[in-house]
Amino acid sequence: MATEVSRPTSRRAPRQQIGLIEWLRKNLFSTWYNVIITVVLLYIVAQTVISFVSWVVTAPGWPAAFTNIKLLLTWTYPVDQLWRPQAAMALVLLLLGLSSGLWGGIARMVAWGAAAISVVIGLAAFTFPDLPDQTSLPGWLFMFLCAVLLAGGDLLARRLGQKLRWPLIVAWLLSYPAVILILRGGLGLPVVETKLWGGLMLTLILAISGIVLSFPLGVLLALGRRSSLPVIRTFCVLYIELIRGVPLVTVLFMGALLLPLFLPGGESIDALVRATIAVTLFSAAYLAENVRGGLQAIPKGQVEAARALGLNVFQTTLLITLPQALRAVVPVLVGQFIALFKDTSLVVIIGLVDLLGAAQNIVGQPQWLGTPGGVWRETFLVIAAIYWVFSFTMSRISKRIEDQIARSRH
Amino acid sequence: MRKSVIVILTGLLSLVLAACGGQAQQAPTTAPAQPATTAPEQPTAAPAQPAPTAAPAATAAPAGGTTNQPAAGGQIERILARGTLICGVNNNPLPGFASVDSAGVYRGFDIDFCRAVAAALFDDPNKIDFRPLSAQERFTALQSGEIDVLIRNSTWTLGRDGNLGLDWAPTTFYDGQGMMVRKDSGIETLEDMDGATICVQTGTTTELNLADQFRARGLTFTPVVFQDGDSTRAAYDAGQCDGFTTDKSGLVSSLTLLSNPADHKILDVTMSKEPLGPAVRQGDPQWFDAVRWIVFATFQAEEYGITSQNLNEFLNSDVPEIRRFLGIEGDLAGGIGLPNDFAVRIIRHVGNYKEIYDRNLGPDTPFNLPRGLNALYTEGGLLYSPPFR
Repeated sequence: MATEVSRPTSRRAPRQQIGLIEWLRKNLFSTWYNVIITVVLLYIVAQTVISFVSWVVTAPGWPAAFTNIKLLLTWTYPVDQLWRPQAAMALVLLLLGLSSGLWGGIARMVAWGAAAISVVIGLAAFTFPDLPDQTSLPGWLFMFLCAVLLAGGDLLARRLGQKLRWPLIVAWLLSYPAVILILRGGLGLPVVETKLWGGLMLTLILAISGIVLSFPLGVLLALGRRSSLPVIRTFCVLYIELIRGVPLVTVLFMGALLLPLFLPGGESIDALVRATIAVTLFSAAYLAENVRGGLQAIPKGQVEAARALGLNVFQTTLLITLPQALRAVVPVLVGQFIALFKDTSLVVIIGLVDLLGAAQNIVGQPQWLGTPGGVWRETFLVIAAIYWVFSFTMSRISKRIEDQIARSRH
Repeated sequence: MRKSVIVILTGLLSLVLAACGGQAQQAPTTAPAQPATTAPEQPTAAPAQPAPTAAPAATAAPAGGTTNQPAAGGQIERILARGTLICGVNNNPLPGFASVDSAGVYRGFDIDFCRAVAAALFDDPNKIDFRPLSAQERFTALQSGEIDVLIRNSTWTLGRDGNLGLDWAPTTFYDGQGMMVRKDSGIETLEDMDGATICVQTGTTTELNLADQFRARGLTFTPVVFQDGDSTRAAYDAGQCDGFTTDKSGLVSSLTLLSNPADHKILDVTMSKEPLGPAVRQGDPQWFDAVRWIVFATFQAEEYGITSQNLNEFLNSDVPEIRRFLGIEGDLAGGIGLPNDFAVRIIRHVGNYKEIYDRNLGPDTPFNLPRGLNALYTEGGLLYSPPFR
């Protein structure tokens, strides 16, 4: 909340104080034709909203999404191992809670949002069916536990303060391999092969892997494209233009179909790894162009001044140009990450079953054959809501970062 | 300067063309070459193989009386050593054929044939990795050896059998183009549809078959064509057409997506040939034979009336041909690399063809699809197993 206080309140324009009726008269009913347009549009909007709400209340297909919640979240992940996705999620949320307590700001915004969603889902989860042989926590209990972890982490970090800083950074760096280890197994845990993974879990893993791995690759490509060494520059230009010249579907097909034909050990390369590689390579090319835009926005004087001070090329890049460039392109990058998150649904065509694929399967289950109207509207609405929550979170984060940058300029 | 660029470009182009041409020429020659290259390996591989695989049931059988069998490929040994069968299935759920239930278990007609193959090999229908495959990647996955067998409602055609280097096991489901109409329309046969408007996907064999069938019957119709299956179905659902035509299994799955499935029915008429069956990669005759006879075993079991329920009574049977079929006497299955009791394993774990059909598509399911061509030859269908002797 400290950031809120530091905001210069005097910058805001004074708010125009007008009454509701005055506002309506001025904006909606100012002339006779505006009156007609307003009335007609109000009627259409009211009809749409009423029929939508009445459909939502009476739609018979909602059980399809809720009885299949396990498929949507984890697909065919073994039922007796479901505590592992739960543990992985709990780990990430605990780290998020700790970050919220330590850094506040964006981390706190995300943590509070996640906690609120956890409580809402926890309340809804009372209706979820219990699975046979379930050894993991029931859905409602786990979601409440998530909220407790988030709040508890926040409180704990506030008490411990800055000495938590480095351990937490290290923990975040290790969290990615740790989550993969928990989900995949090994080191004593039974192995759950990636071909059993799917649903929201797969979507998140693909998106996060793509974002995390493509970021350094994209930055390197952007720097390489501006390099003065012809070999590096040509390679980077070729790579970026080649990948940007083909659709993601093509890159996915290349990864899924051509890699196993070309490589001698092709059939042993994991399908999820192939998809991750394809998504990463694709995303890196676009990211490189975005970062290059940031690099070109930096005045030449910055580099010249750095050289005049005696910094070498690496120091200039790492300390002067790159930080400024990245800061300038944050909104663009977040936009790209949102697109990447949604693009992962394309992996359905190479046989991986992500959130969308799981939903398609639910629609095709024989037991919904008798449901009037089918269950696809309800199921896909649930999916849309899940996608929206994640995309909206990312876009809010982007907004906050933009605000911070705007403030830091003054 | 300009000239040299053109020379280089044409040089590159000819290289690319040569590479493509080389590949195209190679395709037919690689298939026959495979048995030839694997055959010399066999003598050295054969003595070494049984020891490391050590899968007792399956390797014991060939050792019995068929040591001189010219078995090539060794796919069965590879599967047994791996411990699971990799079965390529549909990634788009096809209700009744392949879908995943709410507990995450694969179910369906195609799935049960995967389970039958696994049961025959491992005596355990769950030793399977299901590999969901899209329509585009299914044949590549088989060619590259990613999967052992493809059971993904794939039509057996001359082009695919020949050009793709695949082999089709016997057809498990004779599909064909069907026609869906509204129940209250009073339409019972195609002849009732004179002058009807029909929703059909354009650019498909479905569209051509439709025209052929109506012309042959001297009927007129108005086609309403669409680019993809979803919009075709949606148009029919919205009442734009009297009928909607595609493959019968596709019609069945479309039923789930209509706004009121109970208002529609699928006519009995079948307008084209779509034989769907398991496919394997060419080049391993033994593995091909094994898959083939696993499918035949489900037919034969239905013919004898052996089900998973009454199997134990039949195991005490005195009828010679049933004793041979169940592997109680003789050593028939060794020649195809399967254990002698493979039919027993299939029936015990999965059931005969009728059980598989009824479980997924039969009267007790929402589909209630009549057997039609998918009945035994004794009942007017096309299912016919060569003798087990």
